[in-house]
Amino acid sequence: METERRTKNIWKNSAVQSILAAVVCILLGLFVGYLVLLAIHPENAWESIVTIVKNFLNYPTRPARLKYLGNTLVKTAPLLMCALSIQFCYKVGLFNIGAAGQYVIGAGASLACALYLHLPWWVCMLAAFFAGGLYGCIVGILKAYRNVNEVISGIMLNWIALYAVNMWLTGVKESTSPYTYNLSQNAPESMIPDLGLSGLFANNRYVTISILFAVIAAVIVWVIQNKTLLGYELRATGFNKDAAKYAGMKENRNIILSLAIGGAFAGIGAAFLYLSGYEQWSVTQSSVPSMGFNGISAAFLGGLDPIGTIFASYFIQHITSGGSYLDKGVYPSQISDLISAIIIYLCGFVLFFKTFLNGRIAAREERAIEAAKAKKTEEGGEKT
Amino acid sequence: MDAPYAIEMLHITKRFPGIVANDDITLQLKKGEIHALLGENGAGKSTLMSVLFGLYQAEEGVIKKDGREVKIHNPNDANALGIGMVHQHFKLVQCFSVLDNIILGVETTKGGFLQKEEARKKVMALSDRYGLKVDPDAKVEDITVGMQQRTEILKMLYRDNEILIFDEPTAVLTPQEIEDLMQIMKGLAREGKSIMFISHKLNEIMEVADRCTVLRKGKCMGTVNIKDTSEQELSRMMVGRDVQLVVDKAPASPKETVLHVENLVVPSRMHKNNAVRGVSFDVHAGEIVCIAGIDGNGQTELVYGITGLEPATGGKIELCGRDITKEPIRRRSQNMAHIPEDRHKHGLILDYSLEYNMILERYWEPEFVHAGFLRRGNIRAYANRLIQEYDVRSSEGAATIVRGMSGGNQQKAIIAREMDLNRKLLVAVQPTRGLDVGAIEYIHRQLIAARDRGTAVLLVSLELEEVMNVADRILVMYEGEIVGSLDPKKTTTEELGLYMAGAKKGA
Repeated sequence: METERRTKNIWKNSAVQSILAAVVCILLGLFVGYLVLLAIHPENAWESIVTIVKNFLNYPTRPARLKYLGNTLVKTAPLLMCALSIQFCYKVGLFNIGAAGQYVIGAGASLACALYLHLPWWVCMLAAFFAGGLYGCIVGILKAYRNVNEVISGIMLNWIALYAVNMWLTGVKESTSPYTYNLSQNAPESMIPDLGLSGLFANNRYVTISILFAVIAAVIVWVIQNKTLLGYELRATGFNKDAAKYAGMKENRNIILSLAIGGAFAGIGAAFLYLSGYEQWSVTQSSVPSMGFNGISAAFLGGLDPIGTIFASYFIQHITSGGSYLDKGVYPSQISDLISAIIIYLCGFVLFFKTFLNGRIAAREERAIEAAKAKKTEEGGEKT
Repeated sequence: MDAPYAIEMLHITKRFPGIVANDDITLQLKKGEIHALLGENGAGKSTLMSVLFGLYQAEEGVIKKDGREVKIHNPNDANALGIGMVHQHFKLVQCFSVLDNIILGVETTKGGFLQKEEARKKVMALSDRYGLKVDPDAKVEDITVGMQQRTEILKMLYRDNEILIFDEPTAVLTPQEIEDLMQIMKGLAREGKSIMFISHKLNEIMEVADRCTVLRKGKCMGTVNIKDTSEQELSRMMVGRDVQLVVDKAPASPKETVLHVENLVVPSRMHKNNAVRGVSFDVHAGEIVCIAGIDGNGQTELVYGITGLEPATGGKIELCGRDITKEPIRRRSQNMAHIPEDRHKHGLILDYSLEYNMILERYWEPEFVHAGFLRRGNIRAYANRLIQEYDVRSSEGAATIVRGMSGGNQQKAIIAREMDLNRKLLVAVQPTRGLDVGAIEYIHRQLIAARDRGTAVLLVSLELEEVMNVADRILVMYEGEIVGSLDPKKTTTEELGLYMAGAKKGA
């Protein structure tokens, strides 16, 4: 009864669609960003948007470019981990907006281990991993046993995490500024080694092996999701939790496990950044770091695929870093954040574009089939 | 010249990608007649009615009201033309009163305040005139299905609809309620309303309709006068061949007890009361025990309790001599296969491929997993074997995403998966729902084959014919209790109906 289509349409390939949708979103985001710049200060708009896109290429010399590419990569690693956190939970049907808080807890745990206890880097990293994981567990347990929406509890825990970590790290802050002690002077053994990687980036000492770790993590996530029993169960739960229950899968265990893994990813992501010494924690900050939230955009821009997420994370960080080169004399200082926020926001529309694209393909196929049918009937031949 | 038509659908063609749902169909509804629309599932009845109701636009053909061409773009247009529909699944607000439901959307107001008294008068007048007994102040959630349906009919009458469409109205009713409905429909027709009666139940059509249009696979097989035809002729028109409605089967030879249920209590998700109230029965190896009853009398919850989807709050379940009352689903499924009631909710992961769905009940076994990694080759081979053995059709074989498969083949995939488990007990809940006659025959044969292999089969069905044909023993459920245990060879449909309606008790 169903004459299903055998000819493969390249546009129907999910990967092709994801990439296409991502490109459309990026272009649209840049365009809207450009319009905003145009509205504020028309003369400099084009130049500014080019500056954002060029990011480290704004520097004239090769060593400088490499150095600033390195800086972008340093922040790509934590972003990628946050994106993986979101992606991993999303495949189980959970929206882990708590990644931001898990990231904060990871920052707190790694810096506490480094500055209070002077532990080696890998112990600090594991501490962040487990702290983030445990923090994710809270959301998971609330969801599994009390059916608390993971978005609500996640958001509340984000704030709890922020102020708890602010309080926690007050003991290791500089006396004259709100920032935690400089890592290279106070806890050099806690800094992630670079194994010669910084040499590739004009001796940018912040470039560490964490970038490799993050990429490996993405590959591991892909393997877990597509090749293993655990992935089969988790994705089944995400697609249809009633059927998962029917098949005897332990739904509660799977919910808690995925939020724990997601939390661990976000937590270790924070360690990647703060143990590089690139940034110090400010104990007076009163907003949750945007890394966890940008992870949402990166996950969606990456088509909710772990491998795609690698590239999406880089792009988003590229734009964010590029935004800081805007001419502050012409534009207000918030403009760089605003522009990158607009672009990132529109990156979240990938799914929408995919749906739109599919709708168009279906409509076109319908027309094609009708045309074929009409032709067939005209030829006076057989009817279906 | 024929009597003037209330509504005419002339040469309607509606296509969907890959299928012609309605192919040049002409349907003419006379004023004051009851016109049956007969066809199997998937024959195009619903599509045709959706075109009439403005939910779909036909590519070809015209619709005429009282001889004048009209365009129906959406249900509001249909309402404006006086076309009303009682859907198979009622569209009522559960926590509103009957009266509130009837006036919903067409409330008379004065200065922003509801004028319910006027509405009440009109509703009561209609109720008296057509013999539609309802309690206007009762909440919908508290009234019987029959009264809910009468509320739906009153909704149409309140809107002064002239053309009434009944979409499989008898599917949810007891035999006695069906009898009442037939009288109501006849009364409506006498008062000049034109009625379209969609059904695939021949006896009802023979009783109530004046004329009947038969659809098969999207094509119109003709319109006949009921008084000039017979059930046999109609069924031949509908299916295209002589149908063997009764399945051949040898008498059962029950052996040891496989499932023993004692005073089982299962709470309801819908209301505060228990849905299953102290049910006890046994199922033996080599017999098919069928739970019959009107939808919503606790059958679903009974199955949930036995399979472990919902925890039982009282009583005991023994499977193969082991107490499984508190056991998780995975442990129960060692001895139990389950064809679930809702294949989209429980039975399948629609976004997974067919092969992944085929291993849903055994994916953890060493055949499919090694050191935590899925063994793709073995999974593919296993799925291909099932696909071949059970003739599951799909566009891309084992790799097909199940969402894109037809309902019949989705069901076949579940049947294949569960049959192949070869467990001691098979729980099959409405396994033939929504399938055409060919697929139904196939599934019945599979159930009987399983029985003959020595499987204990617990079948839950709402279809009287299925109950009578397939079961070796019938248990009737009414309001959460088993009210009768019958032998299909020694009972009649009428008697079964009385038990189902709760009019007769005694096991």
